[in-house]
Amino acid sequence: MILTSTLPLVARLHVVAAFLGPWGLPPNASEHGLALDHHLLLNLWIALGLLVLIHVILGVGLLGGRRAEPADLWRVEYLPLAALAILFAFLTVKAERLWAAARYTGADPAALQVEVTGEQFAWYFRYPGPDATFGPTRAQLVAPGEGNPLGVDPADAHGADDEVTSELVLPAGREVDLRLKAQDVIHGFSVPAMRLKQNAVPGQTIHIHFTPTTPGTYAILCTQLCGLGHYRMNATLRVLPPDEFASWLASKRRAAP
Amino acid sequence: MSPADATRQQSFFRSRLFTTDHRVIGVQYLVLALVAVAIGTVLSLLMRIHLVWPDWPLPLHGPILPEDYLALVTIHGTIMLFFVLTTAPQAGFGNLILPAQIGSRGMAFPFLNAASFWMTAVALLTLLSSTFVPGGAAISGWTAYPPLSAIASAGPGQAMGMDLWLASIALFAVASTASSINILTTIIRNRCHGMTWERLPLTVWGWFTAALLSVIAFSVLLAAILLLFCDRHAGTSFFLPTGDLVNGVLHRGGDGSPLLWLHLFWFFGHPEVYIAILPGMGLTSMVLANFSHRRVFAYRTMIATTLLIGFLGILLWGHHMFVAGLNPFASSAFSVSTMAIALPAAAKVLSWLATTWRSSPTYTTAMLFALGFVSLFITGGLTGPILAQPILDEYLHNTFFVVAHFHLIMAMAGIFGLYAATYYWFPLLTATRSHPGRLLSEPLGRWHFWLTLVGAYATFLPMHFTGLAGEPRHYAQLTGVPGAGGALSPAGALLSHTLPLNLHITYAAIFLACAQIVFLFNLIRSLRRGVVAPPNPWQATTLEWHPAFNPFLAATASHIQVIAVHRAPCHYQSSPSGETFLPQWEPDIVVQAALESAINPKPE
Amino acid sequence: MPATITPNKTEPERKRRLEDHDNGSGRRPPTDKRTGGGGDGDNWNERSRGHRGPYERLHRYRMGIFFALASDLMFFVAIVSTFFVNQSTGHFDAYNHYVNEWLPTAIPPILWLNTAILLLSSVTMEIARRNMFRETDVMDEWLGLGKPITRRALPWLSATIVLGMLFLAGQWVAWRQLAIQQIFFRTNQSSHFFYLITGTHALHLFLGIGALLAAFTGLYVSRQLETRQILVDGAAWYWHAMGILWLFLFGLLAFFQ
Ligand code: HEM
Ligand SMILES: [Cu+2]
Ligand SMILES: [Cu+2]
Repeated sequence: MILTSTLPLVARLHVVAAFLGPWGLPPNASEHGLALDHHLLLNLWIALGLLVLIHVILGVGLLGGRRAEPADLWRVEYLPLAALAILFAFLTVKAERLWAAARYTGADPAALQVEVTGEQFAWYFRYPGPDATFGPTRAQLVAPGEGNPLGVDPADAHGADDEVTSELVLPAGREVDLRLKAQDVIHGFSVPAMRLKQNAVPGQTIHIHFTPTTPGTYAILCTQLCGLGHYRMNATLRVLPPDEFASWLASKRRAAP
Repeated sequence: MSPADATRQQSFFRSRLFTTDHRVIGVQYLVLALVAVAIGTVLSLLMRIHLVWPDWPLPLHGPILPEDYLALVTIHGTIMLFFVLTTAPQAGFGNLILPAQIGSRGMAFPFLNAASFWMTAVALLTLLSSTFVPGGAAISGWTAYPPLSAIASAGPGQAMGMDLWLASIALFAVASTASSINILTTIIRNRCHGMTWERLPLTVWGWFTAALLSVIAFSVLLAAILLLFCDRHAGTSFFLPTGDLVNGVLHRGGDGSPLLWLHLFWFFGHPEVYIAILPGMGLTSMVLANFSHRRVFAYRTMIATTLLIGFLGILLWGHHMFVAGLNPFASSAFSVSTMAIALPAAAKVLSWLATTWRSSPTYTTAMLFALGFVSLFITGGLTGPILAQPILDEYLHNTFFVVAHFHLIMAMAGIFGLYAATYYWFPLLTATRSHPGRLLSEPLGRWHFWLTLVGAYATFLPMHFTGLAGEPRHYAQLTGVPGAGGALSPAGALLSHTLPLNLHITYAAIFLACAQIVFLFNLIRSLRRGVVAPPNPWQATTLEWHPAFNPFLAATASHIQVIAVHRAPCHYQSSPSGETFLPQWEPDIVVQAALESAINPKPE
Repeated sequence: MPATITPNKTEPERKRRLEDHDNGSGRRPPTDKRTGGGGDGDNWNERSRGHRGPYERLHRYRMGIFFALASDLMFFVAIVSTFFVNQSTGHFDAYNHYVNEWLPTAIPPILWLNTAILLLSSVTMEIARRNMFRETDVMDEWLGLGKPITRRALPWLSATIVLGMLFLAGQWVAWRQLAIQQIFFRTNQSSHFFYLITGTHALHLFLGIGALLAAFTGLYVSRQLETRQILVDGAAWYWHAMGILWLFLFGLLAFFQ
């Protein structure tokens, strides 16, 4: 049983390893992702270890000759359970600390503000402009055909200078405060390379923050079933060195009327 | 039609169709589940094929469109979870075996029982019929998150298809609740003399706990469906926020909350997955002990962990919502309660290991499938605690890693439990008043087991890797994704990286499905030509093998036997004359006599 | 190969008729201990009260109803929690102010009257239920002296049916009164709940009245005392549960909006 199940697995491991490292994760490009990856890999190795261990015990028990049945409840049941409890407690505490660091507190006040809106089936990103304030949006004004997919009120002073893009461009090394919104149905904002995932829920604004570290282009996916175009609801995250980001922002502003 | 024909027909209706005989109802449920699992499997193959060969046209239908794919996902998940994994173990084998295992001649409410079955059947028909309405079947997955599921304009299939989906699940919820009330009352009230709670077989404990969970959970689902239905048709906004703009349709109304549906749904949904697996866990314990000729290791602890799993199972629905907008502090709490449930689950695994440890068991097919259950439960269970850590779930949520997790632990383990039950109880399933029960062919069974095991692992293990590589669930296509830049865009590249493995998964899935033909063949052949089973073919100790519960033996017996229980199940012992086993129903006086004669073979 | 122990018969087995549908309903005294449930070989003397004798079937049905009511309770728990969640949900308006537009629905005063009626109906129902178990009457029935139980219980049961219909009519009046004030199901968030809660409860009472009518017919038609007892007893517990539930729901609508 063990053999048949692990043999193809090993073979496949090599296929994957050829382009992606031992467990096949896409390379991490965010600050908090390092610890996350480390913890994930630790978990995976522990799970694999336990998997093999338990199957070995099962196999040895089945292959060995008949003996009297085990009777020692403490040794067979309670001690392993205690060991597992300690292991799980350790993993939980470790994971909770990472989770707390990522989610319990808001972003740094100096973080770059970007609003992310999901709608069937595209992501839009809004930068607040020089006044650092997002203008109000109205559902009545939404007109994707006329270049106003979010319904930003052009008459509003805060809204007039807002930049809306379909590509998320961020500077490397600066914390970003994303505010997630959804216009119609629930969408899942996910950037695998940033180890980031959060649903965007209509009627709610959800903040997440992170710091991209490595310049490059990364996939943004939708990970919550949102309708027939769910599979193609993707976008690109472009992380630029800070100076290039500044000039990108400037060019955007110049292009705007 | 002659009058004789008419009466015969009427009696056919009475005895087969609208019967209140729990055994026949059990078989009806099993047949329903078999039909459902066949349909569900075909749908899953279509999905797998479409994923790797997106241009392949489905005969009589044409190319599979994204909405077709999502309808496939939705119907596949709904059928498998509700109409197979909830129906077959709980209602199917529950009806067939449960009364006998507690020494009762029937269920507490036979009429309610038949009504539950027919409601379930209508629910299945309703679900399947949604494929043929304008717009097709619903596309919002088995979890039906609003607003996608609340607004008809949100996609094809979200109009009438969604209504039928809701109607079907509402019916199913009512039927399951009724059937669970029946099971609970039967277990509490109809136990025979001597069947104390501690002597109940673990299967009965599994059914009992699952029924408790059903009674608690299904009505919450029903309430949620009612609210959603009002949102769809009565202009309310329980789940809809103000200003929601779907496909040009603006919703004006009160401040509803889509997250509320998630809470209500998963309050049901998590217990639901335990409803699907608890009977299998109980069965596995009993079958392992039976063929290891041992007691179940730590019987009382097993009872306690069954109940504990049921209880904890109600408290951790939030682990499906870590990144859904749940308060991060709540995520932490749900994470802890989820990690906690891994311990009673681990206690079960330890008991299974200890029960089989150096027992040189008899490897019947039922035993093999029970061992397969253990293996799959471990493999699928080990990823549970990984997903239970919010920070890791942030990466893994809604990827194929989750798909691998629940297919191994629920789908495959659940199916293995069902196969173990089928091979084990086939004599009781096939026995009639006029014919003794038959056995399924063991050599074919062994083939079936090994092919299925290899297929299951080959299909679902690689999904962990595509998930780790980032492949999300519910994606209709992995290549030629039309995002900006197509396959050259980062998203396209990420998805197409997983293609080689996905190709392999599809081959494995086809292999796995084909392996089931062995079973179907075995089933059909054994129904007519299987070996006639002796009264207690497995040397089982539980009451369902009591001659009084075997219709054939009962019909030929000269008198009705009194049924009483004298000891806990799994009484296997080594004695000087070899291994002995004592069914629960043998009185002690006999035992005493037998033991004495064993100790002094030659009395002076 | 383990050896089987073949039981050698040590005592003659009792012969019983399989379909012994005796439940103390006239042919045998109601204290007969031989009637059993599904189980066999029941040693009635060792069983506690309620697990033996003529009440076996009654208790079984009662238990079924209690489980059904438990599940129904969860149904209302779900709806009530929705109430509290929606009540506290607000949204950001176009000016980024957080607004909560919950407008409590003033309950029509007639609900107080309805509540009193429903409580009264529970009292009459309880009297009817207790009349089903008066020992002297049970003995009379067994002796074949007519159906005194039916005679005694019928008026109270009829009173309950009338009161129940009055309650439903009162609820109808309450809905009309709200409708005249232009408050409908779809009007606002709190009116959704008013109608939903009163509506689902009314539906339950509707079923309850169906059960009462069944009991009513049963009292006339059925000659088996136990069947009549089960019908009235089951309807009574259901009716009481709906009464208590209404107290909670009414309290919720009246004081927690
Ligand atoms: C060791 C015990 C278990 C733990 C700690 C655990 C944990 C989890 C977690 C945290 C998730 C959410 C993953 C996500 O959506 O991101 C999940 C999903 C799931 N689990 Fe488990 N699980 C366990 C056992 C089980 C069992 C016994 C079953 C079924 C018999 C099961 C069936 C499922 C299903 C069906 C899903 C996916 C639901 C969906 O999104 O459609 N799990 N599990
Ligand atoms: Cu999506
Ligand atoms: Cu869960």
